[in-house]
Amino acid sequence: MKSNNLKAWLYLLPAILFLGVFMVYPLIDVLIYSVEEGYNSASQTSYGTGLYNYSYVLHDPYFLQAIKNTFIIVIITVPLSTGLALLISLGLNSIKKLKELFQTIFFLPYVTNTLAVGLVFMIMFKKTPYTDGLINMILALFGKGPVDFIDGPYWAKMFVMCFYTVWVVLPFKILILTSALASVDEVYYKAAKIDGTPRLRIFTRITLPMISPMIFYLVITGFIGAFKAYSDEVAIFGTNLNAAGMNTIVGYVYDMLYGDSGGYPSYASAAALILFAIVFTITCINLLISRKQPV
Amino acid sequence: MQDYDKISKQARTGAVIRKTVTYTLLTLWGLIVLFPFYWMILTSFKSYGSYNSEYVPKMYTTSPTWQNYNDAFTQVTLGKYFANTLVFTIVTTALMLFVIVFAAFAFSRLEFRGKNIVFTLFLSLMMIPNELVIITNFVTITDLGLRNTFTGLILPSVTSVFYIYLLKENFEQIPNELYKAAKVDGTSDLKYLFKVMIPICQPTVVTIIILKVIECWNSYVWPRLITDDANYFLVSNGIQEIRENGFGRENIPAMMAAVVAISVPLIVLFLIFHKKIMAGVSRGGTKG
Amino acid sequence: MKIRLEHLTKRFPNRNKKIASEVIAVNDFDFEIPDGKLIGLLGPSGCGKSTALNLICGLEVPTEGKIFFDDDDVTKLPPENRGVGMVFQSYALYPHLTVRKNIMFPLENLKGDKKLTREQMEEKVMEAAKTVQIEELLDRRPNEMSGGQQQRVAIARALVKMPRVLLLDEPLSNLDARLRIQTREEIKRIQNTTGITTIFVTHDQEEAMSISDMIVVMKEGVVNQIGKPQEVYDNPVNLFVAKFLGTPPINVYNGSVKGGELYIGEDKILGKDFVKDVKDQDVYVGIRPEGFVLDENLEGKKGALKAELKAIEVMGRDTSVVFKHASSENPSRAIVTADNNISSSSGEIRFDVNPKKVFVFAKDSEERLI
Repeated sequence: MKSNNLKAWLYLLPAILFLGVFMVYPLIDVLIYSVEEGYNSASQTSYGTGLYNYSYVLHDPYFLQAIKNTFIIVIITVPLSTGLALLISLGLNSIKKLKELFQTIFFLPYVTNTLAVGLVFMIMFKKTPYTDGLINMILALFGKGPVDFIDGPYWAKMFVMCFYTVWVVLPFKILILTSALASVDEVYYKAAKIDGTPRLRIFTRITLPMISPMIFYLVITGFIGAFKAYSDEVAIFGTNLNAAGMNTIVGYVYDMLYGDSGGYPSYASAAALILFAIVFTITCINLLISRKQPV
Repeated sequence: MQDYDKISKQARTGAVIRKTVTYTLLTLWGLIVLFPFYWMILTSFKSYGSYNSEYVPKMYTTSPTWQNYNDAFTQVTLGKYFANTLVFTIVTTALMLFVIVFAAFAFSRLEFRGKNIVFTLFLSLMMIPNELVIITNFVTITDLGLRNTFTGLILPSVTSVFYIYLLKENFEQIPNELYKAAKVDGTSDLKYLFKVMIPICQPTVVTIIILKVIECWNSYVWPRLITDDANYFLVSNGIQEIRENGFGRENIPAMMAAVVAISVPLIVLFLIFHKKIMAGVSRGGTKG
Repeated sequence: MKIRLEHLTKRFPNRNKKIASEVIAVNDFDFEIPDGKLIGLLGPSGCGKSTALNLICGLEVPTEGKIFFDDDDVTKLPPENRGVGMVFQSYALYPHLTVRKNIMFPLENLKGDKKLTREQMEEKVMEAAKTVQIEELLDRRPNEMSGGQQQRVAIARALVKMPRVLLLDEPLSNLDARLRIQTREEIKRIQNTTGITTIFVTHDQEEAMSISDMIVVMKEGVVNQIGKPQEVYDNPVNLFVAKFLGTPPINVYNGSVKGGELYIGEDKILGKDFVKDVKDQDVYVGIRPEGFVLDENLEGKKGALKAELKAIEVMGRDTSVVFKHASSENPSRAIVTADNNISSSSGEIRFDVNPKKVFVFAKDSEERLI
């Protein structure tokens, strides 16, 4: 028993060490940072403790813009991507021929570097003096446009952003929902068919309840993921997100920490904790709803 | 009779219509997914001159050129970014496997005091978002003078509570009798771990490797914080650098060549192992 | 309602894509199922009996042939328009719905002038629940019930919309031995009270024999014999049917017909009165376990068939005698009265046979000769 004790701790040592240094300590530290007022990263001093950092962040127009952007992205992309993924998975599950080909194609975005493909999206949507860009060419066919999606109006930028986000998150959701749908026993559908159940009713009364745990899982992780949106934004609009008016909360945190506007770990910490509070609240609400769901 | 005929006919027509609609929609989404890939490959083969002269972009090119790929590897240090990413991915994944395999083994097979408490603490760490701890980690690594080093890049991402959990659950499914039998035969813990447990849990280990490799290949935020010397850029940062400063002028075809080059390795891997990878991701359940 | 199958055939592409041939699951079914009877579709697993059931209910479309319900051609009709109720092997109860909701489910699908009010539905659910005697379980969920109870719920769900035909796919296979006997009687009772034409599929001959009004014995997609259980048992058309029905199974020997007499090895079993006009040839001889007759002293010392005694198994009501005859690869089993006087459990034993329990089959076609 004694030797086992020692051996076990030895096996755990690397994990504990890394988690301690890079997870536990930072967690405590970030709380301290967030209440240290006027922290100076050069001299590593501060004048005192208080909630000034939070108040500063909450009054910073850049932060408010970031909150607004993040919320819009979350509210649009989470339901849209989940719904679309469900639709596509239902389609995939109802066919036999070419199913595997479609599945493979649909999964492709998951394995691509989002920064790299974001650049392609940017080019397809961008309007420059030399060219209106591919998307505007298509819009022109319908007698619309040209719109500058990258440096133009806010709604246009937001459209590109949401479109790309959905494009990026869909593969994972399709994969999960397709396997959830496939795991519903065929016999339930047969039984329903013999009873003459209309398709829509089969879907709402049998399919949906049976895969609802997976849908809730996707919605919850989808919310968490969308609130942390950042690198997809960089992929489309470049690193200076504040200038583009497309910054997100996470982007704001990093901007406060590093780069031209950086050097303020206290503000960054306060912003990160605010984000954490938001995500935590939303997740709790989600969990409450999923518990209450009548089955 | 009449009635029955009508009903059967309607049923068949309905099925045909549904099938057509389904295939149309699936194809449509397939095109949306594939088009960016087509566009980047196409653009990467257009010459700088012809690309910029197309006010209305053409959907094909008559004079494909490799020049852009040449530029991508010579005018910017794309090769260097590749090598960095490869080193980063391999070392991070290997170190992480080492850390999590031992931790999962300890949690699943060894009895020791405080095991439950430690495991609960581990699990509670799963809820902590990366964004919270990255601030201090940035300061820590900077203070240790590890900016612009592989050590600084790698160290914070060599543990994952989620993967420890995944592996531990899998380890626990191996019947305890096997362990007892091995003990009776005088097999050491380490030998048992590597000769019995890991081979049995190979699918999970492969899943973890796949997920980690994808994560490493695409990682952007931490490398961006910790490196500003282009000699240590990974492909994601490299792409961002190329976009903002590369190729002197806006040489879009060359950028696309770089994008293609960066995307190809993972896509090729995926096309070869697509069944394994999709099964793995679906088992692993979360992205990052 | 009677059901008529006309040259019904179903072929599937072979699962192994490299083999071009097709699997014929149902081959040229051509018979009529009378109204209001309980029919057992019987055969070993993989013989196509479930496919036959799926064709009748409309989940599969036949490759050839027609299906008539009374005089209506329903061959191409989707299942919901056929008015069939089906109980699946795994019951297919919706796990997220209560028993009440499960039974009500088919009723809620009714449209147009068939549409029911809530009260009417409740009433029908109650009625169906009473028929299968589960009134007190209506608010439970499927996973809170035993297999037998789930089975009843599944039957209630199939009955609630008053189907013209009730189909049951291996209804008893998921139950334990005791429940099986109880439930099969229950099925018989329900069928009797409702009078609905009922077809059930099973691989268990005892199950089929015990409750069916008529059995259909299938092998590899082909109907071998149709008839009342006792008739089929007493008069199998071929070796397969003879072997498939009866527990313990029929004993089969290599025998021969010589000069109008039947021999097993050197032992003459039956004389000219029985063999009549069968040509001389090698045959299979099947003897039911109850077809062996002991001598008048019940000692097994006299009789036409000589064999080596292997064991005596006392089973209470009667006795099972296990013996080995050179003309059979397997040990044989005879069921004799428990009052027998067989003194030892080894050595020679001799029997006469009851001619009614002896069947003779051709070697090549395995068709019945006598």
